[in-house]
Amino acid sequence: MARMKFLCDAERCIECNGCVTACKQEHEIPWGVNRRRVVTINDGVPGERSISVACMHCSDAPCMAVCPVDCFYKTGEGVVLHDKDLCIGCGYCFYACPFGAPQFPQAGAFGVRGKMDKCTFCAGGPEADMSAVEFQKYGRNRLAEGKLPACAEMCSTKALLGGDGDVLADIYRQRVTVRGRSGEVWGWATAYGAPGSGGQQPPPGAAPAGTPAPAGGTKS
Amino acid sequence: MMGAVARFALVALGAFALAACGERPQVINYKQGKYQGKPDTPPFASAPYNGNEQQWDTAIRTRNLAQNEYKRIGD
Repeated sequence: MARMKFLCDAERCIECNGCVTACKQEHEIPWGVNRRRVVTINDGVPGERSISVACMHCSDAPCMAVCPVDCFYKTGEGVVLHDKDLCIGCGYCFYACPFGAPQFPQAGAFGVRGKMDKCTFCAGGPEADMSAVEFQKYGRNRLAEGKLPACAEMCSTKALLGGDGDVLADIYRQRVTVRGRSGEVWGWATAYGAPGSGGQQPPPGAAPAGTPAPAGGTKS
Repeated sequence: MMGAVARFALVALGAFALAACGERPQVINYKQGKYQGKPDTPPFASAPYNGNEQQWDTAIRTRNLAQNEYKRIGD
């Protein structure tokens, strides 16, 4: 059984926002909701790095822990999804998420929040697969079509990878070997670090000792 | 008498003030498996895979490996 994960290779991201556009287009996301976005660290400074950020579908998802109505669930593939019929739009998940993934559409005057919306790993939600209701609430279910998330498949430089964590680790390991340095796998330790390790799990394919650091590398 | 009451009040106040000094672990208490919503089906349950998990796994794995351009270009 595949354990679905995202991997963003900061060495490769060119801030083209192709992933953001792909996501918006694929799920017909309304204005004001950004399931995925590109963040640039040290913008304009030599050595700047860009990262594509969305729900990372954490191994121990904090959103699941804090939800007062328990509307989150994790599929067999490790994708964190939620039931919008249960969501009360309280916003606790937004405060708990280290990636700022939960989004809230404005549902009325005075900033009233609607039900939470977030990246589904293109896996829909708890409605009939590929139904009109599922599309309206959660977007397209590409996983049920045998496809990977649109953002990852659309990425022109393959900075953003999505799919089985083991395969992603293999791909990244080969990259590290070819280019001779590791770079940053942003968010992996936070999202997939072993429970109780405090997020100290090294990223897949971490450079062996003695490997030179990336030139002009930045740390946020 | 007044002195005893004052002493008692002082001790009680100290105990009350220190009551908040206990160090408790600030770790989130995860509540896995308490989902209250509608049940979901696995992605391979419906058409076009109709429950054939192996076929779905193969399709996903093929797309997964296609993300490795080193192998894709080499082929």
